[in-house]
Amino acid sequence: MSALPVRKFDAVIVGAGGSGMRASLQLAEAGLSVAVLSKVFPTRSHTVAAQGGIGASLGNMSEDSWLWHMYDTIKGSDWLGDQDAIEYMCKMAPQVVYELEHFGMPFDRNPDGTIYQRPFGGHSANFGERPVQRACAAADRTGHAMVHTLYQRNVRARTQFFVEWMALDLIRNADGDVQGVVAYEMETGDVMILQAKVTVLATGGAGRIFAASTNAFINTGDGLGMAARAGLPLEDMEFWQFHPTGVAGAGVLITEGVRGEGGILLNAQGERFMERYAPNLKDLASRDVVSRSMDQEIKEGRGVGPHKDHVLLKLDHLGPDVILKRLPSIREIALKFANVDCIKEPIPVVPTIHYQMGGIPTNVNGQVVAPKGSDPNAVVPGLYAVGECACVSVHGANRLGTNSLLDLLVFGRAAGNHIVGQNLRAQGQQALARDAGDASRARLARLDGASSGESVPEVAHEIRKTMQAHCGVFRNQQLLAEGVRQVMDLDARVARTAIGDRSRVFNTARVEALELDNLIETAKATIVSAEARRESRGAQARSDYPNRDDANWLKHTLWYRDGSRLDYKPVNLKPLSVEAFPPKARTY
Amino acid sequence: MKFRVYRYDPEKDAKPYYKDYDVKLEPTDRMLLDALMRLKAVDDSLSFRRSCREGVCGSDAMNINGKNGLACVTNLNDVKEPVELRPLPGLPVIRDLIVDMSQFFKQYHSIKPYLVNDTPPPERERLQSPGDREELDGLYECILCACCSTACPSFWWNPDKFVGPAGLLAAYRFIADTRDQDTEGRLDNLEDPYRLFRCHSIMNCVDVCPKGLNPTKAIGKIKDFMVKRAV
Repeated sequence: MSALPVRKFDAVIVGAGGSGMRASLQLAEAGLSVAVLSKVFPTRSHTVAAQGGIGASLGNMSEDSWLWHMYDTIKGSDWLGDQDAIEYMCKMAPQVVYELEHFGMPFDRNPDGTIYQRPFGGHSANFGERPVQRACAAADRTGHAMVHTLYQRNVRARTQFFVEWMALDLIRNADGDVQGVVAYEMETGDVMILQAKVTVLATGGAGRIFAASTNAFINTGDGLGMAARAGLPLEDMEFWQFHPTGVAGAGVLITEGVRGEGGILLNAQGERFMERYAPNLKDLASRDVVSRSMDQEIKEGRGVGPHKDHVLLKLDHLGPDVILKRLPSIREIALKFANVDCIKEPIPVVPTIHYQMGGIPTNVNGQVVAPKGSDPNAVVPGLYAVGECACVSVHGANRLGTNSLLDLLVFGRAAGNHIVGQNLRAQGQQALARDAGDASRARLARLDGASSGESVPEVAHEIRKTMQAHCGVFRNQQLLAEGVRQVMDLDARVARTAIGDRSRVFNTARVEALELDNLIETAKATIVSAEARRESRGAQARSDYPNRDDANWLKHTLWYRDGSRLDYKPVNLKPLSVEAFPPKARTY
Repeated sequence: MKFRVYRYDPEKDAKPYYKDYDVKLEPTDRMLLDALMRLKAVDDSLSFRRSCREGVCGSDAMNINGKNGLACVTNLNDVKEPVELRPLPGLPVIRDLIVDMSQFFKQYHSIKPYLVNDTPPPERERLQSPGDREELDGLYECILCACCSTACPSFWWNPDKFVGPAGLLAAYRFIADTRDQDTEGRLDNLEDPYRLFRCHSIMNCVDVCPKGLNPTKAIGKIKDFMVKRAV
């Protein structure tokens, strides 16, 4: 095979959502040559769909402190989060929000001119005592406002974007150093090596492994697939968040901000059932708790509708003024996707897959880490991961609402600063691995050579159906074991796909086939990790092991693609500067 | 359901053509994008952009029965059969329903789409009153789908010289922001026979905006600023 063309950069960032663009901003402003690849124009990245807010203890509404935020996050994570990373994130939160405001973010305002903050699930004052208003909001379009602001700031910094380019595989040399990526330009079908001294994965989540998902079509776990194929582990992949309020049937997200502004959940009897499950925070308990409670109501026959398969989100009592000012997009979504005007009627909702807590293991600098010898967290040279594709781990077994946008900002920035600190401009490029690009070319050659085979949309549909049926809100051994078997069968089918479209020009069938290679790795990691974890913690709820088991399972899962092997590493219960928060019972 | 779709693959088609489809939909298919996914499952060579499927990312703008809109928020009950789908008008077609948006983004970039404020920022947020913040409503929500600019005859004729409704909406978004200090520079940047003044208030942009925004009104306000500073 002839060699692929090579372009060289100080840094390559894969993904142009919130975390990728926060990182690229640091690099571009420091004068590094940086290429940011994105499957879509940057403002179309899935960060754009975030609604509710960014968590930060600004204290604009009432007294707040980063330590309370830290406690809420640890408790929300069901103690699986690493306390050093959580302390770093919560401490940095106000600064990254102020920076975003200085960049021009159109936050809502209080009468005194400060940033408006709303209540959100699991956020409390004084270590769980009462709800606190911590979510910094731009109406119910916070993600949209944020991703546009970051793009705009990157335009100012003259960041170089490669729009509608898909990264296929990481390039690693014999020592394991990461040297860049192989990338595919959709418009031309050209394949190229983007060599870099540092590679940052910022590819977002993989919510499209489930059938009912709030996620965009592009969320196919590309960074996870790339890391897995490069021999790197994926951490805590069994932990997937079901957002309590996806529009029933459509899956479109309805922000927790609705409940933050005073909306409540009702069952078929018109009962505000969260009062029974979470007497203190009620509808604003953390998401895993609310989703399980809703599922329980539906299971016990108190679901709404002809099939008794959903519950209702009532917000008409907030009045048109609040709804039109604070929740305008929610009204639009409810009208379009549920046929209801939420000023007058409740919205039918069900728990819907929303967020991946696990991902590529990193440290607080965003550097990817993997076990090596006796060190469970040895740095993988040249590779960083930030945002939803990474597991740093601040979300542990369950993420608090508003902590995802915060995670993007804090760790995108931290990784950027750490990279800038390495003085890359003074360093030369390594000699490129001799087999660089071979794996990607083999994938493309197989696909192009297959004249018949499995249909890509059909196999993708089967993966989603299997994950939904076998790895849902409530799990048990029988369901999971059967799910593992089915997903492994699907793995073999993914290797036999074929496409009809032979064009080089914007061949979206080929892109979807390449994405399927990433979906299947994510699905395998998820269900194999879930089957092995014999306890209930955060988003992993097993009816056969209903309790948290700290003696045996207070540890992070590591899944490796090779043989679907599992390994474990300890949770970091030691914060950076404050006393640890030891595990205790979790009630809301 | 019946569809008539613009098809063009530069690798094999000498010129564009229309292809007719009759596809069986499922009861859960609600929006035009759902139907397009069914079409693609039958014919994987049909190319279009899509991502969020809820009208916030701006990927799947196209011309639907003669009017620009987003496939993902166009209800199938609201479109007449056969549904005729074409790429956004006025931009070069890359393939099928996918257009080359370079010119559109070039115009967006030309208005300096970022906050300009050279005073050192305070330790906390810059203060802004709720009233001043309200001035940005109806401006910042743009999703850059290009439905408006590609429905505008002035943009069709002068895509290289006229900024177009999306770019001008963004320009006013920064002029209207009390935190921005570059109003004069922004007006200078638009002081030209084409960049701003090619808008003849045809209002196609308002008619097609899937977010219900009003670029014509924003353009009018920029013109007011121009007049005020001239006197």
